[in-house]
Amino acid sequence: MTFERDARTALADGQLRGALRHATTLFGERRRAALATVPDWEGARDRARAIKDETLAHLDRYLEEFTANAERAGAQVHWARDAAEACDIIGRIAQQRGARTVVKSKSMASEEIHLNAALARRGIEPVETDLGEYIVQLAGETPSHIVVPAIHKTKAQIAALFADKLGIALSDDVATLAAAARQALRRRFAEADLGISGVNFAVAETGTILILENEGNARLTTSLPRTHLALMGIEKVIPRFADLEVFLQLLPRSGTGQALTAYQSLLTGTKRRPEDEGPDELHIVLLDNGRSQMLASAVTRQTLACIRCGACLNACPVYRQIGGHAYGSVYPGPIGAVLTPQLLGTGRSSELPYASSLCGACRDVCPVKIDIPAVLLHLRAQAVDRGAGKRRVLERLAFWAYATVMARPRLLEWLVRAARTLRILPPLAAWTKWRDLRPLAPRSFREQWRAGLRDQRDPNA
Amino acid sequence: MRVSLFVTCLADQLWPSAAVGTVQVLRRLGCVVEFDERQTCCGQPAFNTGYRPAARTLAQRLIEIFESSTADAIVSPSGSCTAMVHHYHQLFDDGGWRARARGVAERTHELSSFLVNRLGVEDVGASFSGRLTWHDACHGLRDLGIRTEPRRLLRRVKGAELVELPNAETCCGFGGTFSVKYPEISVAMLDEKVDAIERAGVEAVVSGDASCLMQIGGRLSRRGSPVRAVHLAEVLASTL
Repeated sequence: MTFERDARTALADGQLRGALRHATTLFGERRRAALATVPDWEGARDRARAIKDETLAHLDRYLEEFTANAERAGAQVHWARDAAEACDIIGRIAQQRGARTVVKSKSMASEEIHLNAALARRGIEPVETDLGEYIVQLAGETPSHIVVPAIHKTKAQIAALFADKLGIALSDDVATLAAAARQALRRRFAEADLGISGVNFAVAETGTILILENEGNARLTTSLPRTHLALMGIEKVIPRFADLEVFLQLLPRSGTGQALTAYQSLLTGTKRRPEDEGPDELHIVLLDNGRSQMLASAVTRQTLACIRCGACLNACPVYRQIGGHAYGSVYPGPIGAVLTPQLLGTGRSSELPYASSLCGACRDVCPVKIDIPAVLLHLRAQAVDRGAGKRRVLERLAFWAYATVMARPRLLEWLVRAARTLRILPPLAAWTKWRDLRPLAPRSFREQWRAGLRDQRDPNA
Repeated sequence: MRVSLFVTCLADQLWPSAAVGTVQVLRRLGCVVEFDERQTCCGQPAFNTGYRPAARTLAQRLIEIFESSTADAIVSPSGSCTAMVHHYHQLFDDGGWRARARGVAERTHELSSFLVNRLGVEDVGASFSGRLTWHDACHGLRDLGIRTEPRRLLRRVKGAELVELPNAETCCGFGGTFSVKYPEISVAMLDEKVDAIERAGVEAVVSGDASCLMQIGGRLSRRGSPVRAVHLAEVLASTL
């Protein structure tokens, strides 16, 4: 119900829809142009998926290998079963280092566990340093896209926000706005005691983590403060360093339409000699939070192959209309509609698998070929099996009646004829408020067939 | 060639001209057409809403019906219902039923794909006067990979001019129960489609699925547009 209400609010917001249409179209076009530069895009997708499938089939082994190699290089690895445990681990590490300010580069996992609120409760101020995340944080909002957090905002809205919060003159010049954010953030980088980042890929054979970004803020976050903490979902691990080759072809092209992001930081352990760059301490937090349960079946397991490129959001005709906030979840769009119910289980998210027309555009653009419609259908069947509440009583009755009638062609025909004669229209206000309802044909095909079509010959034959 | 018609419940009751057109085109091309009157719905509404036992019951029914036919092919004026038959095997754990489902799926073809790929025909001898545009129905396009077939057929229709929509491949917002579960979102998607159709300056929008045509046609008519929603089979059957 909340999804429905929030979607309606979004649809009434002309600025939001304008911003969404512009941005998702642009990213879609850039993506298409970028993948044309890869000689064998389909082959790359297949190879990437095969690597993910292999990893997920032996996830425990690869995580252990990653942990051993990361620790050998000087990192400390922590395992968090759920959001609360992860927040606790991170909060304690921050407190033990006397951190007052924490700088953060982009991390959807940190959004997933609501880390900022948990840090604030401990009296620690988290500062988002990715420009989009910074905008969202200044506005007191949440990201509405997994790659472009402030996609829902127009330039004019951002100009007004910066004038209000940063005290600069009102300007919608992008360079001026970026400079204002940079100036404000530099100071925060200098005073931060801890830098928290996400992880794009974690290489088991070397213990290396890879972070992709365009603004240089992740590099500062991971190297300027004395302690760097990287938070990653357990599905981020890949077996070999050489596997990065295919993922680096796929991810930037699918996400932002770039051949490569401006920065790729490959981080292995801590600094060895005083003159080295990098933090004194590196903590890596491995987050489960419902992921290991998705390993149970082949249909749900593929959700864990996701590399968080956001291409399915840009391609989704539903997301393009309503944006991310209506999903009421950290992960919106098609991947959010399958990920969120599996991570959170109950409540509002049980509606999300129905928030799709099953058009399949998401499956077409997914760089790791996740069959999102198949997962949506699986989750719908699960929602029905679990009975999810009383509101399904009428629906159940309707589908029981449907199956009963459809198994009896003569009953069906009798009912249709009765409806036609008595001019009974189905009570479909949800349809007829906006669309004319096509009436039942005066004579069905089967009636025309019996009335002579069966025995007709083609006049030209 | 002997063809068994998989009419689909929507075409049967709401768009019979699409089914009649299918019969006429097939006969014109020399096919012998059969129709088994026991068939009803393929079960897609239940499958897509999560009611798998109901979908399974209807799938078993349709599999048995088409197994009883010795026709060379099963042809349907719907990409969506054809795709559903191609998904049938997922409904069964039992290997026997999976194999039977696959057997029927292999013989089941969407109309445009059957004409172009199976019969090797592009010019079906149709004529239709006016500018047309094609709407790709999602399941035909993405589940069955039908993209060029209907366009090749429409280009050979005498008197017709095919105009491409910039968003031909974007969903019209129907999505079965989605269209009534989230009508506002559905209509927002639909309006982008209908806007493009109106800008294209065509007399008719053609598609291969009665469901999309109900959605698009219902909005065109509500907006008072003169553009008609027409099924591919109606165009191909037309000889003026």
